[in-house]
Amino acid sequence: MKVQVDMDRCEGHGRCYALAPTVFEPDEIGNAVVLGDGTVSPGDERQAELAAANCPEQAITITARVRS
Amino acid sequence: MGLHDPVADWATDWDHTDDTYAADPFPIWDELRDRCPVARTERYGGGWLPTRHEDVSAIAHDTERFTSRSIVMSAFRPPLEFAPAGVAPPISSDPPFHKGARRLLLPAFAPQAIDKLEASTRAYCEELIDDMGDRDVVDAAADYAQHIPVRVIAHMLGFPQEDAELFRTFVNHVIEGVALPFEQRAEGMMTLFSYLEAQVRDHIAYPRDDLTSYLLAADIDGEPVTPEHVGRTIGLLLIAGIDTTWSSIGASIWHLAGNPADRERLVAEPELLPIAMEELLRAYAPVTMARLVREDMDFNGCPMKAEEWVLLPFPAANRDPEAFDRADEVVIDREVNRHAAFGLGIHRCAGSHLARMELRVALEVWLEAFPTFHLADPAAVRWSGGQVRGPRTLPVRIG
Repeated sequence: MKVQVDMDRCEGHGRCYALAPTVFEPDEIGNAVVLGDGTVSPGDERQAELAAANCPEQAITITARVRS
Repeated sequence: MGLHDPVADWATDWDHTDDTYAADPFPIWDELRDRCPVARTERYGGGWLPTRHEDVSAIAHDTERFTSRSIVMSAFRPPLEFAPAGVAPPISSDPPFHKGARRLLLPAFAPQAIDKLEASTRAYCEELIDDMGDRDVVDAAADYAQHIPVRVIAHMLGFPQEDAELFRTFVNHVIEGVALPFEQRAEGMMTLFSYLEAQVRDHIAYPRDDLTSYLLAADIDGEPVTPEHVGRTIGLLLIAGIDTTWSSIGASIWHLAGNPADRERLVAEPELLPIAMEELLRAYAPVTMARLVREDMDFNGCPMKAEEWVLLPFPAANRDPEAFDRADEVVIDREVNRHAAFGLGIHRCAGSHLARMELRVALEVWLEAFPTFHLADPAAVRWSGGQVRGPRTLPVRIG
């Protein structure tokens, strides 16, 4: 799974990094950035999905699901 | 409050300062959503009240057709010369000015900065609980909730803690005084502006390690921030930071006092609080914002005229069954909760991370101290009206 934050939509509500702190983090103004290249480790997928579902601006997209 | 004629028809003559609206706005919004989703009033020089999540969101995101020159609806509209900053930048600013004025504030309110305030906030909440002694009945709004944000924001801004009572007077005037006669309202505003001016002067003379001094030394895109801008911005922080958070803390305690199953669950599972808190923010979102229509236009069939008001009741959006399952119920472990309690779009509450920290800590400390409590006198609970709704009198029986 891979996630992406649309920086034009993100307004820094911070729901994503509160719900999935191993996937997202705040920048210096509280907007969301993905950690690394946005690849979500299998154990964090549920949190990443919750983060996307709770974003008030619908700024998070789950771009790929790779299942072995 | 209650200075106007009573409302006979909410679809054509609504008034957000009406006592009925303060006491229980939910059935009003539910009815309007079905019957007339964008309601009309001729009061305050004309205004509109969208009640569906979709419309509230569309207007909040549309800074072209709706200006933030005034965000508090009253009979008074600030003169056009106040643009682009507005009376309280950045909340009263439109793009492009808005971006720099907001950027100036955001680092001080980012989660990393707010984390540093948690220990002192907790200590203060514990002190308030200690001060209650062994009383059986306490006022959770007046003795607890209201003090927490006042103390925190005064500390951040570097204002004297002794002025706390004065801050509450300012807040009450700005937010709840919208129906007062113009002269009386203007006089109250002048008292606030003189206070802010004196604080700015004092901080220019004696710079220190606080947010006021930081703002005075800052720049926006290379231009120094003027003392006038700083005065208006700290005015915003003082007003917006206090009764909003006070309302959220109070409404949450009110809910838990009246719903023992939710209270018992949170006492048993404190780790659920961050999720539960979001549901309490959704269900009892305190803040409604206003916009002014920029030019005559049509919005979903509503003929909106320039300078008419549009209220954005985020709490009504949060109760829209089109946007939320079981919208009218408090589901304490609701996992998917895309609520709009802190607004939507470029004016998302700049203090939301601070507010969430204060709400969480206030509830943690309260529940640790008082695992069992009930409403002492449900009829005595009084809710504030206008654009910030929360309990102002909340007698709670402990034990």
